[in-house]
Amino acid sequence: MALLEVKDLKVRVEEREILHGLTLTVNEGEIHAIMGPNGSGKSTLSHVIAGKPGYEVTDGQILFKGEDLLEMSPDERAAKGVFLAFQYPVEIPGVATMNFLRTALNAQRKARGEDEFSTPDFLRKVREVSKSLNIPQDMLKRGVNVGFSGGEKKRNEVLQMALFEPSLCILDEMDSGLDIDALRIAADGVNALRSPKRSMVVITHYQRLLNYIVPDVVHVMSKGRVVKSGGKELALELEASGYAQFEDAA
Amino acid sequence: MNVAVAKTGKGRAVSDLFTSAEGRLPGSPGVTAVRREAFETYERLGLPHRRIEEWKYTDLRALVGEVLPLAAAPDAAALKRAADAVKAHAIDGARKLVLVDGVFAADLSDAKALAVEVGFKTLRETLEKDAGLLKTATVDAVIALNAAMATDGVVLSIADGAQLSAPIQIIHIATAASASAFSRSQVTIGKGSRATIVETFVAAGATAYQINDAVLVSVADDSDVAYIRLMDDAPDAVNVTSQFVTIGANVKYNFFNMTTGAAVSRLQGFITLAGEGSELSANGVNLLKKTEHGDTTLVVDHAVPNCVSREVFRAVLDDRAHSVFQGRIIVRPDAQKTDGKMMTRALLLSDEAEADNKPELEIFADDVSCGHGATAGALDDSLLFYLKARGLPEKQAQALLIQAFVGEAIEQIADDGLREHVIGIAERWLERRQ
Ligand SMILES: Nc1ncnc2c1ncn2[C@@H]1O[C@H](COP(=O)(O)OP(=O)(O)OP(=O)(O)O)[C@@H](O)[C@H]1O
Ligand SMILES: [Mg+2]
Repeated sequence: MALLEVKDLKVRVEEREILHGLTLTVNEGEIHAIMGPNGSGKSTLSHVIAGKPGYEVTDGQILFKGEDLLEMSPDERAAKGVFLAFQYPVEIPGVATMNFLRTALNAQRKARGEDEFSTPDFLRKVREVSKSLNIPQDMLKRGVNVGFSGGEKKRNEVLQMALFEPSLCILDEMDSGLDIDALRIAADGVNALRSPKRSMVVITHYQRLLNYIVPDVVHVMSKGRVVKSGGKELALELEASGYAQFEDAA
Repeated sequence: MNVAVAKTGKGRAVSDLFTSAEGRLPGSPGVTAVRREAFETYERLGLPHRRIEEWKYTDLRALVGEVLPLAAAPDAAALKRAADAVKAHAIDGARKLVLVDGVFAADLSDAKALAVEVGFKTLRETLEKDAGLLKTATVDAVIALNAAMATDGVVLSIADGAQLSAPIQIIHIATAASASAFSRSQVTIGKGSRATIVETFVAAGATAYQINDAVLVSVADDSDVAYIRLMDDAPDAVNVTSQFVTIGANVKYNFFNMTTGAAVSRLQGFITLAGEGSELSANGVNLLKKTEHGDTTLVVDHAVPNCVSREVFRAVLDDRAHSVFQGRIIVRPDAQKTDGKMMTRALLLSDEAEADNKPELEIFADDVSCGHGATAGALDDSLLFYLKARGLPEKQAQALLIQAFVGEAIEQIADDGLREHVIGIAERWLERRQ
């Protein structure tokens, strides 16, 4: 069953069209990789799915579990199970990470009509997940992402993903800025979240990440469109030959 | 508008204000004479308006118009409401001193328990003997009016070396609608002592009331003092408070003010560093909405060398609220090695909100380090989006960022319990927004 359906999506930013009719279907339980040159619109797509303001959808639609995602506010999307691991997670001084995690988790649960997590349950869960991701407890006492290294920020995104248990995870260049060990830890964290009910869209420039998180489908994006889709071998092909052939196609 | 007529009209109302109250104002004949003189000063000056430099941004003539008559003594129902308010706003473990409509309420206070550690009298008692407490170094119209009309207050004297085990909480409760309360208090802190004073302003059923309060604080050498003010008045109230603080040598004085109510409020503080080696930390938060107007005016006077002053103020402004911060740092010719900094930031939650900031450095010494900074702006959209993308609804996401913003001032409160109490008041203000 289709979890996410992006149909002929056209998006403008500041009067300029960035996505020119993008179509993408992700079924439940599938892992899709999106690769493509700088500026091809990968982050734009992820932002529009998450509901970031400033993007004007001029045509097309996005369905999530059959519902019109574009009609929902970002927090409603999150509560429905959309999660974007940001390419550049922001620092939020003065908002303690633990307080943020608890507030966000309980806001999502409340929106779904579920009971709030009790404090001990919450703490146990955070401890468990952060341990598996090699995130020290004192990092969680700081402001959200404040003073985190690039790699720590990315791991903090995976921590949230594990905590919120979304049904669609979009990972925007999760591998950028990670050293080899950190990459493996983060990828293990992501793999641990694989389930028949959960889909992932992995945006990356490097085939290496896809050795860890093995995709079912690989898409090539160029100039605001998906120009080619294939199996995991497509990523290897790209690594060898680059994007030039697709730039012409776009 | 016919200005001449308006003035006459106000002049008459003002006189009535004093003559109708005079019989109820405590004090010896000598005190009465001082009151009369103070009232004449007030009448001559009238309510402050925008052409008076210090009141440029808080034009009381325009914002308030007239001073309401003195509140009548509270009846049984009002005292019951006051008792409930005391329960709701008391800080755990604090010794309470309660003023109801500006008059000390012994039944609601812990004066007996306090008297073991601290010298305590009411202003009323003090004025039977002399008028000294009605006199202050600085006089403006509002302070003169307070001297003329002050009905009561608390007079505390903390002995040399006293280490107070619990905060003293002065709770001002308004029960009378459309009436004024005038209070004046004194806090004298002896050498080498340690004390925490909290002042709380709340309403118990009263609306549209006016408060004019004055506090005279003096801190002797080597003391460590926290002074926290919580102005949580009714939304249509007026609260104008004047504080005079004189600080001795090697003192740590930690001042904090939070305003979460009142249609019009002004805290004017005159703080003099009169002994070397002292550290003043003066901080505050204004949380204002609708058409509320909140003014913090602080004059920090470095009269001697080698003192440090730090000011951190935050204003959060919703709707058409207006916040004013006027911070003056004076460094006298002798006050070398002064280190004085102030930083104010305003968070505008609406396009119609307004923040005025007027820093003034008056430096007469050459070997000093002084500075000020100010910013005003909206919440950061990228932070808001991050929080929303994690499931926080707009208002809740804003609340988290606002808490972080005001936290920069609140975290200056050293005591964990008091800091939590203050955070609780800020959180309730934020909840009312949601
Ligand atoms: N806010 C914005 N204002 C103007 N142009 C923008 C804005 N956001 C994105 N763009 C433009 O849209 C295009 C696509 O950007 P996007 O960030 O989606 O690319 P990307 O595929 O994620 O690139 P990268 O691989 O470098 O992360 C770029 O040309 C970029 O400059
Ligand atoms: Mg990108």
